Amino acid sequence: MPAKNEDIEVHLFIEALKLRYGYDFSQYARASLKRRVLGLRQVFGCEYVSQLLPRLLHDPAFLPQVISQLSVPVSEMFRDPAVFLALRRQVLPLLRSYPTINIWQAGCAHGEEVYSLAILFQEEGLYERCRIYATDINDVALTKAEEGVFAEADVRAYAKNHHHAGGVGSLLDHFHIAYGFAKADDRLKRNIVFAHHNLVSDGVFCEVNLILCRNVLIYFGRDLQGRVLRLFRDSLMRGGFLCLGSKESLGFDGILDNFRVIDQNAKLFQLTSLAGAGS
Amino acid sequence: MKPFRYDAVMVGCSLGGLRALRAILQPLPADYPLPVIVVSHIGPDGQGLLAELLDEDCAMSVVEVEDKAPVVPGIIHVAPGGYHLLIEGDRTFSLSVDAKVRNVRPAIDVLFESAVDTYGGRLVGVVLTGANDDGAQGLKAIREAGGFGIVQDPATAEAATMPKAAFALAGADRVLALEDIALVLQSVIHPEPTP
Repeated sequence: MPAKNEDIEVHLFIEALKLRYGYDFSQYARASLKRRVLGLRQVFGCEYVSQLLPRLLHDPAFLPQVISQLSVPVSEMFRDPAVFLALRRQVLPLLRSYPTINIWQAGCAHGEEVYSLAILFQEEGLYERCRIYATDINDVALTKAEEGVFAEADVRAYAKNHHHAGGVGSLLDHFHIAYGFAKADDRLKRNIVFAHHNLVSDGVFCEVNLILCRNVLIYFGRDLQGRVLRLFRDSLMRGGFLCLGSKESLGFDGILDNFRVIDQNAKLFQLTSLAGAGS
Repeated sequence: MKPFRYDAVMVGCSLGGLRALRAILQPLPADYPLPVIVVSHIGPDGQGLLAELLDEDCAMSVVEVEDKAPVVPGIIHVAPGGYHLLIEGDRTFSLSVDAKVRNVRPAIDVLFESAVDTYGGRLVGVVLTGANDDGAQGLKAIREAGGFGIVQDPATAEAATMPKAAFALAGADRVLALEDIALVLQSVIHPEPTP
């Protein structure tokens, strides 16, 4: 059966991104990637994806807009409150013994999760010792995350999550509210480093006590998931913690052997042994 | 030659969905040879429960989908709450937290359209009770690819909007009450007649 035009166009677009800019989406989960590439038609007002190719190839300023659309940052603060409660009760007490606590939040999108982490550590009196690396491939989202400005209504809606996550006081206490917006307090940002990092192609850049990467791996194919999980393993110090999205799994390529399960529902794991020979 | 005309059954429902799902899935035998994949618009908290409830009632095994799990014949796979459910070319599931489609996540359209990419017309699509128009585009895609489309008779649906919308946009090979849908799901697994 000959390929459908739609599929040919998606393929060409992904190839062009890779050849022209080195952004390799070829190992992403194809079905969701296809939806997002086809979604570009509506965003940029054209009938066919192939009509975007000339602009992609010849206008570098177009790239960040494309990446921004393809990495669709949808999140909320304290999403899955039970996960943050598990971090609060099972992980933070163990991190308390370290003079400095390094954290990597991979795929930070608009920052909802990284500010949740900052608030969590602040509430537990550990923020002063933290350095949180918040990374993403989406520079548009990174800029927005660094600004830390959210819709007031959204933050009010997240307050319930925060409460269920064992939050102390009100979530709104950490924000300055004005004109319908909620801006994260500067004290929350003090120990956060926002940086560009591509899980597909970049390597280890730090040694950390905790990695939070939720609902990013679902966008990757199995092989790429394996690469990224190995990258996480190699970035964690012994005894470090890894937290994945609630429907994500560590269970292949033997990577699970390096970890023990702390909380299966929260997808919370602890690195017990460093990489074995040959892996 | 493949023994069956269809490779998978896709079911979408919303308001009133639990009762409808029970009615059509309960009668399926434990050795039903096709995978059944269900998207229901239920909030993130209620979805794991949906798989559990159905599993108690059905002869077939019911599981909530985890990322990258394979599509398995004889299993009823239920979309987890808060995630879109898609099928990859290698017949595994993938999940996404992309923006809501038709104001819902999981969206029936997302599942049905991705299933067509993998299975072509070798699909049975079922749209049941619901209060929005999700599923109409997806059923259209299934029928245009040559798949078999079933819509719950709106007169028998707890919420008629969804089956009505699906029929208006996609048409249907059958418009049926729930008990008859259960029968048709069992009859479509009869081996293809040899020409």
